[in-house]
Amino acid sequence: MAHDNSYVDKKFNVVGTRFNRPDGIDKVTGKARYGADASAPGQLVGKVLRSPHAHAQILKINTSKAEKLQGVKSIITFEDLPDLTGADQGMADILENCMARGRALYDGHAVAAVAAVDEQTAAKALKLIDVKYKKLPHVTDVDEAMLPTAPIIHDRIFTRGVEPKPTKPSNISSRTEMGNGDIEAGFAEADIIVEHSFKTEQTHQGYIEPHACLASVNPDGTAELWVTTQGHFVFRNVCAGLLGLDIAKLKVTSSEIGGGFGGKTHVWVEPVALALSRKANRPVKMVMSRDEVFRATGPTSSTSIDVKLGAKKNGRITAAIAELRYQGGAFPGNWAMLGCMTAFACYDIKNNKSIGWDVLVNRPKVTAYRAPSAPMAAFAVESAMDILAKELGMKAIDVRLKNVAREGTLAPYGPTYGPIGIEDTLKAVKAHPHMRAKLKPNQGRGVACGFWFNIGGQTSTDLNIGVDGTVNLAVGTVDVGGSRSSLAMIAAEELGIDYEDVKANIADTTSLGHNDMTEGSRGTFSSGMATIYAAREAIEVLKQRAAQTWGIPVEDVAWEAGHAVATGKGHGNLPKLSLREIAAKSGRTGGPIAGHNEVTADGAGMGFASHICDVEVDPETGRSTIVRYTVVQDAGKAINPDYVEGQFQGGATQGIGWALNEEYIYGDDGRLQNPGFLDYRIPVCSDLPFIDTKILEIPNPNHPYGVRGVGETSIVPPLAAVANAIANATGVRMGHAPMSPPRVLAALDALDAG
Amino acid sequence: MRYETPASAKEAAGLLKKEKGAAFLLAGGTDLLVKLKMGIVEPDLVVDIKRIPKISDIQSSAKGFTIGAAVSGAELGEHAGLKKAWPGVVEAANLIGSDQIQGRATLPGNLCNASPAADSVPALIAAGAKAVVVGPLKKRTVPVEKVMIGPGKTSLAKGELIEAITLPKAEPRSGDAYLRFTPRTEMDIAVVGIAISLKLERGVIKKARVVLGAVAPTAIVVAAAARAIVGSKLDDKALDKLAAACSAACNPIDDKRGTIEYRVRVAGVLAKRAAKIAFQRAGGSL
Repeated sequence: MAHDNSYVDKKFNVVGTRFNRPDGIDKVTGKARYGADASAPGQLVGKVLRSPHAHAQILKINTSKAEKLQGVKSIITFEDLPDLTGADQGMADILENCMARGRALYDGHAVAAVAAVDEQTAAKALKLIDVKYKKLPHVTDVDEAMLPTAPIIHDRIFTRGVEPKPTKPSNISSRTEMGNGDIEAGFAEADIIVEHSFKTEQTHQGYIEPHACLASVNPDGTAELWVTTQGHFVFRNVCAGLLGLDIAKLKVTSSEIGGGFGGKTHVWVEPVALALSRKANRPVKMVMSRDEVFRATGPTSSTSIDVKLGAKKNGRITAAIAELRYQGGAFPGNWAMLGCMTAFACYDIKNNKSIGWDVLVNRPKVTAYRAPSAPMAAFAVESAMDILAKELGMKAIDVRLKNVAREGTLAPYGPTYGPIGIEDTLKAVKAHPHMRAKLKPNQGRGVACGFWFNIGGQTSTDLNIGVDGTVNLAVGTVDVGGSRSSLAMIAAEELGIDYEDVKANIADTTSLGHNDMTEGSRGTFSSGMATIYAAREAIEVLKQRAAQTWGIPVEDVAWEAGHAVATGKGHGNLPKLSLREIAAKSGRTGGPIAGHNEVTADGAGMGFASHICDVEVDPETGRSTIVRYTVVQDAGKAINPDYVEGQFQGGATQGIGWALNEEYIYGDDGRLQNPGFLDYRIPVCSDLPFIDTKILEIPNPNHPYGVRGVGETSIVPPLAAVANAIANATGVRMGHAPMSPPRVLAALDALDAG
Repeated sequence: MRYETPASAKEAAGLLKKEKGAAFLLAGGTDLLVKLKMGIVEPDLVVDIKRIPKISDIQSSAKGFTIGAAVSGAELGEHAGLKKAWPGVVEAANLIGSDQIQGRATLPGNLCNASPAADSVPALIAAGAKAVVVGPLKKRTVPVEKVMIGPGKTSLAKGELIEAITLPKAEPRSGDAYLRFTPRTEMDIAVVGIAISLKLERGVIKKARVVLGAVAPTAIVVAAAARAIVGSKLDDKALDKLAAACSAACNPIDDKRGTIEYRVRVAGVLAKRAAKIAFQRAGGSL
């Protein structure tokens, strides 16, 4: 059945109200079952041996001593994961990342794995595996990796997107260029030109729950995987592909998830656990340590970015150019391309150009981190906007408003915008009491904007009505941010019943059609759409059953507030039938009542936000304290405002952590120095003020309720908001994030030195 | 791995002495358990001292305080008499870790973990604290500054353990303070730590002890820094001399937690701030 996804302005009963989390009790009592909370009879413990070198040839792996250790049931190397990826280089990269094939490409790269009867035995066995390495030169810095003298990480990689076609391999996997207009003419028109260079260090998603899974493979090729993931259907497809299993025979169940932020969109130990289980013919459980999570799972890129802006004296920007260099770890990515697409997306700039360089280094394979690549680009561009405002002698917010993108603006990455919320967020910021609050000595205030695309994608849901009238909603998008509550609210809204009568569950891969990951802020948008359509299908069935009961044509039955109502002439005396009454009789009127939907949800609404940050800088130590912070973001429609605010606050918090202290620190030996929460400094509660939020609702025209994604945009503005606040507090422009105390103090000294 | 719960410090010492393998003492366990889980240590014997009578007590007398080896940071923070007498020691101990860590962490644990960045150690040294060391045969009392001899190393012999920490009675018109620099507000390790204890006479500093942490292989007593403020009313000139002496005394390393340059600089900054707090606690007016 085709469904109309157009936005319809209507009054809601359930949507837009606030409910407690349906998963709340389980989570606060410790009953919730996460990745590490499953077990199976006869289960083994799997552990991975990892490279201590940043880059090394693996000459020999001798497992014979470990194999003889009592309690060891299987040991695997790359030879147990034969390359079945064919011509799919992306899958081959995933395979090589899961287990090194001849070369260790970064500190922490998996080299071998063991499954044993218990953890102690597995740990002991790892020590008995003898690996002969030949160390190779390494490079971990994005700019250094681009130099012609840098050690080459993959000699199969030749830079794409450059003419003439290169004849020598390079660490630059691709060059991207995009934009509109005539950049030279734009700068020629400018009265004022500003230029600045920026660097951001590598950060990790920092989810509290480490990767964990329980894998079981049978000799007949059937298999099960319990795993913490943002997308069990995608994990199923990838793992089946890597191990040569049939997709239908691998059942993947997603556990509760203790944070993902993009880091759980990628497989790491899961194929290894399956391979160990296949070899041992026993279930294998694997739980990564924090050290492993930092060293070997998806951080985001470190970057180096140059921005140049030209403007007329009245503040109108005539030209903007950015050159963005992003490292993707030891495998090629398209992270710089995403940086290019987002860099100038908040603005209507006639002449703009972004050039991106995707670069390889000896670091872990980069994966998505909440609005991947956008925060770094925004750090550079939004800092440059403030530099420009200062040169122009204008208020930073007014320069933004003067150039803001609107409906009809041609986006730098191609599309023409529909209704978008960036101007409204800026106006809301300008009018916010926070902007007029007095600042104390050593304090400064900064504003910055952010953009994220949001996506739709493949989704399917099942809605089943029980004989007591309560409803099970089965969805395939993992609930990482509270979507079960939002989706249950949507089902209740459509059916006209109470929220408490709907229970949403995440179904396993054998129970629903394919669902893409919960990524790109798509969970509530796409599954919400599928839930609306599934509920409407169920309503059609409910109406038929009512018509049948009454013995009238179905055309004469309407669905109003949870009841079938006879509408045609002559039916006025028929009492309405509630969903509960119809459900109770369903066994005699044609069987179970259900609705179902599969959709590729198109038309995701773009997300825009503007943030206000007040910072206090200790001039003697360079330490910055966030004293007040406000997020203003367009949600399209906030289904459950509690969760929307939570997303805004969480994104801002992660951005602030990145802005102030979070960074991967590599030694000269190419090894990660701080793979733990002690020295990788995520903010603790006492580091932050209450993060204030303001939800704007500019409906997405391509969703029945106007929903846009809300999960990611809020991490985009904070780096620049903090940098702009520090600049206003101290007069120093911090071009290097994180803006840690030593960096700020050094910049203050340089300013004093003149 | 064996686990023992001796009934006396002497018995604990005997167990540690006798063990041929790797033996570790367990009090709060906030360092030991982390190391165990990370695979840094693989004990053959763990001796838990928490069941020893009085080991979890704070005793006060005319001479001062005796703090049992298993007294937690939270208990120190709840002891009104101790807080009044030695606020700098208590605030230093209470900075370790987080609320959860405070429920377990102990002073001797912080001392014997022998980290150059231990928060409570500079404050204890500045306060003139002593460690009561029990061995299988005899008991001795040593100044806290003699316990740690290098990163991860103490002067305790095999079989010796600290049974208690003693603090002298606080003199009239004296005050102490501890400040540390960390990028985060809590759950962090000092980049620089400084403790200052001083005594006033008619508004002038009569005696002082200045101890730096995290800027050398061990906490260091900076006599020159004390001299810089003795005889002063903590005027700007004295404070500048204090800061210079503290910076000069630093012998730090460059690592992930801080650069040499930064540590040297911030040592001076914190010295001034800590001195002002101690001075005011002693009743001085700035």
